[in-house]
Amino acid sequence: MSRVSLPSLRTLAVATVIALVAAFALVFFYAPLDADQGFIQKIFYLHVPLATCALLGFLVAAVYAIRHLRSGDPEHDARSYVAIHLSIIFGVAVLVTGSIWARAAWGKWWVWDEPTLVSFLIVFLLYCTYYPLRFAIEDRERQARYASVFAITAGAFVPLNFMAVRLAESLVHPRTFATAEGGMPGEMWLTFGVSLAGMGLLWVTLVRFELVAKRSRARISRLRRALDAGAGSGRASRIAPSVPSRAGVS
Amino acid sequence: MNAFRVILAKDLRVELRTLQSVPAMALFAMTTFVLFRFALDREQLQGSLAAGVILATVLFAAILAINRLFVAEREEGGFDAIRLAPIDSSALFAAKAVALVVYLVALEAIALPALGFLFLETWSGLVPLAGVLLLADVGLAAVGVLVSAIGVNSRARELIVPLLLLPLAVPVMIAAAGAAEPLLAAGGPDYDGVGKWIAMLALYDAVFVAIGYAVYDFLLED
Repeated sequence: MSRVSLPSLRTLAVATVIALVAAFALVFFYAPLDADQGFIQKIFYLHVPLATCALLGFLVAAVYAIRHLRSGDPEHDARSYVAIHLSIIFGVAVLVTGSIWARAAWGKWWVWDEPTLVSFLIVFLLYCTYYPLRFAIEDRERQARYASVFAITAGAFVPLNFMAVRLAESLVHPRTFATAEGGMPGEMWLTFGVSLAGMGLLWVTLVRFELVAKRSRARISRLRRALDAGAGSGRASRIAPSVPSRAGVS
Repeated sequence: MNAFRVILAKDLRVELRTLQSVPAMALFAMTTFVLFRFALDREQLQGSLAAGVILATVLFAAILAINRLFVAEREEGGFDAIRLAPIDSSALFAAKAVALVVYLVALEAIALPALGFLFLETWSGLVPLAGVLLLADVGLAAVGVLVSAIGVNSRARELIVPLLLLPLAVPVMIAAAGAAEPLLAAGGPDYDGVGKWIAMLALYDAVFVAIGYAVYDFLLED
């Protein structure tokens, strides 16, 4: 790894807290109330950044999968795995907040002719199969390789799927960024930008955190195995990719 | 190219002699039609319902073939033989994909007339529909080969294949259903708006053929 100066986990965590606090302060005290939807529209600042981060996370996972297949470095597989893992968790939050928003705005928990919501559900369902896929392959190295093939295929699937679903719907619902005529006012854009930055930082922090945790766990089990050699107490997760431990845990 | 022809000919000959995929798919399709007749409680179908019945049937029948696509290779050591042979492994994947397309076309050659016979008032939409299905078959085959190769090396093949395939096939179903609906309209085929769906299918085919070509190597090595 030739990364020179990645911010430390602590810096990232502090930046995330600041950005998210600022975002929520802006959401509640600065952003104007939406003309037609009123207060409930503020869920937009949570829902859309979450969705954006989850989808970008899936694409990031595909990029790491490509790097894993090219280099054979299990570290990239671990990154791809963690990226998908966190994007799925974000995805649950997206579906829940989207549902709440749909209920408040359109009176129904689920709206089939809202293409973004439906596309997201399909993508989410596809990525959920990542776990059974890893679980079904015993050999670690092959598991990592197949998981990367899946991550690449699914990464290409994301934009295609959004296109297909968008084509299938009559465009009766307003797109997110054109809620009122002529798009959002500047205050909303600013608030949205800060929320998006905060959510992005949260995603990155959590990914880094999980990678560090995995690496430490791998080191501990390796040390324990070295201590009581043969006792076989290093119990690693069966589907999580093994991470090579490095001297400096970032 | 030669290796591709040999493997494809081998697969088709095996299918002709053992008859293990296509007849099962055809039987499955007929049974599904009967199920749909009662599940939907209709004696005549047109438009979106007819499109849904034929596409769901083809997709689920495709799962049968995709499940079995690499089984012989695994059980009889075909994978090792391919790896030992001085040929590019792309030949194996291309041959399997084409074989899958052939199976699906054979299935549709039975299922489409059956659909017309059992449910449709007018058969005139079936010929353009066959073209749409051919495009859908290419996409299904491209994705199916990948999924099949992943599934055959996993512990739970019958579980993994449909689990991975169904979400990946959603865009194919959306586009093919969009194209098939006006073609199966009650008053005969209507070609309005079919173009964009054909384009979507072609794009899907191109993307997943390219993806398959890029990653197949990693499914074979060890």
